[in-house]
Amino acid sequence: MNFTWASAPHIKPRDSVSKIMFKVLLALLPSIFLLAWFFGCGVYINILLATSTALIAEAMVLKLRGRAVLKCLKDLSALVTAVLIGIAIPTLAPWWVVVLGTFFAIVIVKQLYGGLGFNLFNPAMAGYAFLLISFPQEMTAWAMPESLNVWLFSDIIRLIFSVQLPDAMTIDGITMATPLDVVKTQVAMNPYSDVTVLPLGIETLFAQGWGWLSLSYFVGGLWLVQQGIIAWQIPLGILSALALISAGFYFYDAQTYTSPLFHLLAGATMVGAFFIATDPVTAATAPKGRFVFGFMIGVLMYLIRVWGGYPDAMAFAVLLMNIAVPVIDYYTQPRVFGTRR
Amino acid sequence: MDLDGVIVFKGWNLKGGLNLEGHKDLSRQYSIINTAIPNELIYPLVDRSGNVQTALVKAGERVLKGQVIAGSKGVQGTLLHAASSGLVKENEWRMIAHPSGLKSECLIIATDGLDECCPVDEPVDYTQLSAADICEKVHQAGIVGLGGAGFPTAVKITPNNVRTIDTLIINGVECEPYITCDDRLMQQYPSEILLGIQVLLRALAIENCVIGIEEDMPEAIEAIQKAIECSGFNQIQVKVVPAVYPAGGERQLIYQLTGRETPNQGFPADVGVVCQNVGTVMAVYQAIVKGQVLIERVVTVTGMGINKPQNMWARIGTPIKDLVSQCGGYNGPIERLIMGGLMMGFSLPDDDVGITKATNCILVATSKEVTKSSEAEMQPCIRCGECALACPVNLLPQQIYWHSQGGAHQKCQSFGLFDCIECGCCDVVCPSHIPLVQYLRASKSKVFLKRREDEAAMLAKQRFERRDTRKAQEKVAQEQRIRLKKLALVKLQKESASSPVKMQDKS
Repeated sequence: MNFTWASAPHIKPRDSVSKIMFKVLLALLPSIFLLAWFFGCGVYINILLATSTALIAEAMVLKLRGRAVLKCLKDLSALVTAVLIGIAIPTLAPWWVVVLGTFFAIVIVKQLYGGLGFNLFNPAMAGYAFLLISFPQEMTAWAMPESLNVWLFSDIIRLIFSVQLPDAMTIDGITMATPLDVVKTQVAMNPYSDVTVLPLGIETLFAQGWGWLSLSYFVGGLWLVQQGIIAWQIPLGILSALALISAGFYFYDAQTYTSPLFHLLAGATMVGAFFIATDPVTAATAPKGRFVFGFMIGVLMYLIRVWGGYPDAMAFAVLLMNIAVPVIDYYTQPRVFGTRR
Repeated sequence: MDLDGVIVFKGWNLKGGLNLEGHKDLSRQYSIINTAIPNELIYPLVDRSGNVQTALVKAGERVLKGQVIAGSKGVQGTLLHAASSGLVKENEWRMIAHPSGLKSECLIIATDGLDECCPVDEPVDYTQLSAADICEKVHQAGIVGLGGAGFPTAVKITPNNVRTIDTLIINGVECEPYITCDDRLMQQYPSEILLGIQVLLRALAIENCVIGIEEDMPEAIEAIQKAIECSGFNQIQVKVVPAVYPAGGERQLIYQLTGRETPNQGFPADVGVVCQNVGTVMAVYQAIVKGQVLIERVVTVTGMGINKPQNMWARIGTPIKDLVSQCGGYNGPIERLIMGGLMMGFSLPDDDVGITKATNCILVATSKEVTKSSEAEMQPCIRCGECALACPVNLLPQQIYWHSQGGAHQKCQSFGLFDCIECGCCDVVCPSHIPLVQYLRASKSKVFLKRREDEAAMLAKQRFERRDTRKAQEKVAQEQRIRLKKLALVKLQKESASSPVKMQDKS
C-alpha cells in the first residue's frame, strides 16, 4: 500500500493570517461606531473609500506582479491598512485625500517593497504621513461635535465629494482644533502661556469624544492582547514611556506641560499603541526588542508633540522606529537554551 | 494524586512548548500483545545517522534467534541480532525507516517459524557484576536508546574520567501525542524497570535516580511508586512533569527535573546527568538479569486509520504491514503512514518497511488527524513571533527563516540554527503555515554542504599548492641539471680543444 509523503510535524496548524487580521478588524468596530457618533458618519465614507481603493490597488499590483490575486486578498491585510487610514483621516476630509493616501500606502509602501511581510514601513502610517506633509490643511478637518446635529447625511456626502459647504457655513465654523492642536498653536503663539487655562481638562476630552474613543481603542486592544493577536510589550512600552516622561515634566512644571492623562487619552496614543505600532511586519520581533521599540516610540511621540512641528506624532514616531527595527532585532536576541548566560 | 514520595511539578519550567491533544486513549488501556513471527525480517545496513552496519552472515546461511548478524565499527559501534531463526537471503535494496523515504541495502531473513534460539547466557546476579562487565554485556546485547535517537547505551554508561555523573534520569515522559508504549511498559513491568535502573546505577556507580513521568499517566505513576515501596529502592524518586510538549526532550527534561541546563554544544554528562528512556531500561533489565539480547521492543500501533490500536511486542525488523494486519488492518482511507509521533515522526510512502530499534510508534493517520498538504497553503511570514513564543530552546525561528530565505546560512547559525531540536512547535503555531522545521532542516544541510565544499576546496587548494611547489622544485632541479651538463660540456670542449679531434657543434 502506498501513502503520501509529508514532512513533520504532521499536526494541523492552529491559526491563519486571515483570522488574525479579522480579529483586528473586529476589535476596531466599537471605535468606528464611536467615531461616527462623535464626528459624523463621514468616517463610514472614509472607510468605504479606503477599503475599495485598497482592494482595487492591491489586486491591480498583484496582477502586475503575477501573484495569486484572490489568495493574497484573502489575508485581509489590505483591509486592515485601509480601515486604519479611514479612521485616522479627519471625518470631513475631501474624498481624494483618502483615496490618495490609501493608494500610496498599498502600492508604494507595501506592494513595491514585496507585499505582505516584506514592507519596511507601516503602510497605514506612511500613507498618513504622506498626506499630512502634502495636504496639511485638509488633514485637520475634524468635525465639531455640536455642529453635527444640524447636518444631514447628504450634506456630508456633498462636502466630502465636491467640497461644498451647506449654506451659511464656513469651514472654520464646522471644524475644530483637536486638543493637541490647541496646545501646539497656543504654545507656538506664546511660549510662556499657561496651559492650565486652556480647555484641556479630562472632562473636555470626554465631552469632545476623544476620551471615549481612546478608551474604546484601549479595550479593543486589551482584547487583542488577550487573544494573543498582538504583542503586549509594544503598547506597554509606548504607554509607559509616554506616561513616565509626561509625568516628569508635568510635576516639574504643570503650567507649561500637560498632564500624563492628557497625553494618554488625547490624539492617536491609544489607537497607535494597540493597533498601529503593533503591526508585526514592521515592528521589532523579539519580546525584549518589542518593548524597546514601543518605549522609543513613546519617547519620540513626547518629543515631537512638545517640541516638534506637529501636534501629534504617532505616524512619525512609528516610521522612525521602523527604520531602527533591524538594529533592535540584532541587539535583543533572546539567550538560546544551553548557551552561556 | 496523593501518592507519598511523588513530587509533582506545578508548572513547566522552560519557555515555549505546546499543550497538545494527547489521543493516548486510543491505545493506552490495552495490555501489550505478543506478535506472530513475520515471514520476513528486514534490517537496513545503515542506521538513521548514516553509520554503516556490516553484515556478519552470508546469503544462504541459517541464523538462530539472538545470533549477531551485523555490526558497526568504532567507539559508537552497535550489534544487531536476528529476531527469529531462518535463512539469510541475498541483500536487497528496500525502502528503509528513514525520513528521506529512500531505499538502502537491507539484510533480509526468511524466517522458518521454528524460532530456534541461540544458546543463552546463564542469568547472573547483577550485584556481582562490575561496571565494565555491565557495559560490555549491554554492548553485546545490542542495546541502543529506544526513545528515538538510537544512541548506543553502552557508550552513555561507560565511566568517563572527564565528566562526573551524579544523577540518572529515567525518561518516562511520552510527550508526543498518540504514543503509549512507555506508559504501558511502566504499567505492566514496574519492578523489571526498577531492576534495570539498579543495574544502570551500579554501572554508573551512583545512587541518585529520578524518574520523570508526565502528569497524564496516572496508572504508570502509581505502578512505579508502588513498586518502589515494595522493592525498597528508596533512592529512586518519581517526579511528575506537566503534560507540555516537548517535556520529554532529553535536555528539556533534565532542566525540568534538576534545573540544570545542558550546554548547547555539550552533553547531559557535562551537567552530571545520564538520561535513559524507560524502554531502554527494560532492555537493560532483559539483557543483564535475563541474559536476553535486544530483538524486540514495544511499539504503539495507533491512529484513527487502524481498526484496533494497541501496543505490541514487535520483533526488530518486522515489516509494518505485518503489525498493521495484527491490529485488524487499515480502517478507511489513510492520509499518512507515520513512523514515530505526530510532531517528530516521519512519513513513509510504503508499509513494507521493517521497524528498527528506534521505532516507538506506527501512526496510521486519517485526513482528520493530519494536515493535508493542500490545506497548508503557505503565506508570507508576518513576523508575528508566535514561533518564538512556542520555541522551547528560545530561538527566533522567524529570523532564521528570513535569513535562510536570503541564503545567509552563516547568519542563521548566529541565530542558533544548530540549537534547533526540530520539535515542530513553531510549525504548529505559524499562522502563515510556513513549514519552518523543514526550512531550518534544509538550512542545516546547506551549512553541512558548504562545510564539505569548503573542505574540498581547501584540499584542492593544498593539492594545487603542493603541485606548484613540486613544479618549482622540478624546474630548479632541471635548471641545475642543465647547468651541470653545460659545465660538463664546456669542460669536455676544453679537453677536446687540447686534443686533436674536434667535437661537433651541439646547436
